Amino acid sequence: MDLTFSEEQDELRKVVRSFLAKHSDEATVRRLAADPTGHDPVVWRRMAGELGLQGLAVPEEYGGSGFGYVDLGIVFEETGRALLGGPYFATVALAAEALLRCGDEQARGDLLPGIASGETVATLALTEDSGRWDEQGIGLTAAHDETRGWRLTGVKTYVPDGHRADLLLVAARTPSGISLLAVETADAPGLTRTPLPTLDQTRKQARIEFTDTPARLLGPEGAVWPALERTLATAAVLLAAEQVGGATAALDAAVAYAKIREQYGRPIGSFQGIKHKCADMLMEIESARSAAYGGLWALDAGDGTEIAMAAALAQAFCSEAFTKVAADNIQVHGGIGFTWEHPAHLYFKRAKSSEVLLGTPSYHRELLAARLGI
Amino acid sequence: MELDFGPAVRDFRDEVRDWLADHLVGEFAENRGVGGPTDGAAWEVRLAWDRELSAGGWLGIGWPQEYGGRGLGLLEEIVFEYEYARVNAPYRATVNALDLLGPMLLKVGSDAQKKRFLPPILSVEELWGQGFSEPGAGSDLASVRTRAERDGDEWVVSGQKVWTSFGIHADWVYVLTRTDPRSVRHKGLSMLLVPTDQPGVEIRPIRNLAGQDEFAEIFLSDARTGADMVVGDVGQGWRTAMATLGIERGTTLLPQQLAFEREAEALIELARERGALDDPMLRRRIVDAWISVRIMRTTNLRTIAELTAGRTPGAQATTAKLYASTRHQQLGQLATELAGPAGQIVGEDYALDRRQRSFLLALAETIYGGSSEIQRNIIGEQVLGLPKEPRP
Repeated sequence: MDLTFSEEQDELRKVVRSFLAKHSDEATVRRLAADPTGHDPVVWRRMAGELGLQGLAVPEEYGGSGFGYVDLGIVFEETGRALLGGPYFATVALAAEALLRCGDEQARGDLLPGIASGETVATLALTEDSGRWDEQGIGLTAAHDETRGWRLTGVKTYVPDGHRADLLLVAARTPSGISLLAVETADAPGLTRTPLPTLDQTRKQARIEFTDTPARLLGPEGAVWPALERTLATAAVLLAAEQVGGATAALDAAVAYAKIREQYGRPIGSFQGIKHKCADMLMEIESARSAAYGGLWALDAGDGTEIAMAAALAQAFCSEAFTKVAADNIQVHGGIGFTWEHPAHLYFKRAKSSEVLLGTPSYHRELLAARLGI
Repeated sequence: MELDFGPAVRDFRDEVRDWLADHLVGEFAENRGVGGPTDGAAWEVRLAWDRELSAGGWLGIGWPQEYGGRGLGLLEEIVFEYEYARVNAPYRATVNALDLLGPMLLKVGSDAQKKRFLPPILSVEELWGQGFSEPGAGSDLASVRTRAERDGDEWVVSGQKVWTSFGIHADWVYVLTRTDPRSVRHKGLSMLLVPTDQPGVEIRPIRNLAGQDEFAEIFLSDARTGADMVVGDVGQGWRTAMATLGIERGTTLLPQQLAFEREAEALIELARERGALDDPMLRRRIVDAWISVRIMRTTNLRTIAELTAGRTPGAQATTAKLYASTRHQQLGQLATELAGPAGQIVGEDYALDRRQRSFLLALAETIYGGSSEIQRNIIGEQVLGLPKEPRP
């Protein structure tokens, strides 16, 4: 059994944490939140160059390091803790994973090395106005003719970091089903990208209009939905790890404050009203950690059914756990926690935006229910 | 889900599997899954089952061979518990002595005590009860008032103990007493081993809310025991008691919580039979019940993995009890709701079916072994480092 972390994994966590303490401190988080692009290319390159984070779980033949999902989960836990802004989730959890799963060896060889090296910012454009993450939510069409190749027409929206991505992987309807197409955004004709101002300013979204936009078909035409489903399951687990990291940071803040803030002549953390709330927060977090780690182990083990179940479980549970813990953190802080100046709201907003990012907890419960045959 | 604990223990696993397949038959097999930490159902059959296990050499797997154990490691214990839970064997009647008293003696007992008491635990010849709580000392265990005084080469013990699980069956009790009459709270306590077959010991059953005579109160009136029956040093009883409570429960939680998984599966089956799966509110609660037992499993596996890797278990080892006990109660409530009016009918003499028993007995899980409120204090103070409540 390999259900605990090795020394190398502890070391990875330490290195990532200390990097992010420097490059994703509160001032940086706020600066990127206020910036419409929300992206710091210098830090992005250092993440790739110094730590190899974008290519951590990309196989070596495509320029990555070939680590497993447990390792990648450690990184997401830390990026969640540090509220890292920018396109890491979109590029690594969504786009790189979609490329790995789409069954197109040529595309993997062409596109993954750029992601692993930090040159390419990528994302998956799947959701449309309905906000649905299932197959039925995909309405944008791609048409093909011999001379002009594949062309996309329609709208994608709520696309994570879509305004900034160099590479868009677009889920589209084609004559025989759901297909995946790539658009390299530099100089692409018929492409209009509009940043959407987000409630959670630490994670950016965009609306993207395609008008007869040329695109490259990835994988088998009309048959990539299972690959996308798997991609979304992987992203769900990695998002859960991120949520656990964010919740842990929120609890740390609550506990630190409860130790120093005095009322009635004693630290508020000595009152059971606060102490027990913090204990419940930790219980939620540790349970969420089990949910997320269960998903990571399933990803490394590779059984498709287990992955689908563990991923739905992780999203259903970790989403709500993070939101609850982040709200409790504000409550423990009292008035100061309700201010713009205090970072507590950054975690709360991230928690809620993450809760709906890949489908709501209710949606994931239904996915799980279907797998359980109920 | 099949767990593989690695090639080193595969032969051992097969040995356990084969033995269980051969011996979990007849009335033992009829009582699969029966019993629990506070459930005395089918007591005589379960006692016979413990003797069967003993004859097979399956009690005290991790205990030294000189005391009748197998001298194996934690991993073997875990493999055994997992295989045991997989076949849903009856809950062991002597689990208190096996999990608490035995490890306490191994940790702080004298050589003579180990030689005298450990073998009869493993051979199921002597049954034990725990004498910690008192009418005035529940969560606040340090306020025990049961007194023990030296009289020649004996201790004379007087006081009242309560909530002793399976106390009416106990041949011996291990009792937390105040041996220094001027002491207060944690100081001046001693842990004594007291035989129950004497005029100074009266054990009365207490009927629990499920209608079972499962726990008992123990009246000690000048009860006597030998001077050499102190576990650990005189005056160090608090430390001895804490050594018992601090014994890692990861291995014993695993089978109990695998039993919860069975209950969750039964719940889904029940919901299907009752046509309750179309109700979105019920669907949500059913899925949540399933999620909670899955999380319990993973939490236990994390702790087990850390223990077997020689690491100190993380915070989840401390939060696991609070989570499991509260979620198990929700599961029982949901199952009772799904069972509908038929689930409200009991047998003659308040005979309960398995679901009814589990639903009611789950209420004890947030009370015994440190109530949920005490758990939250422990998590807050010992894990998160929050300041203690000032003493008045």
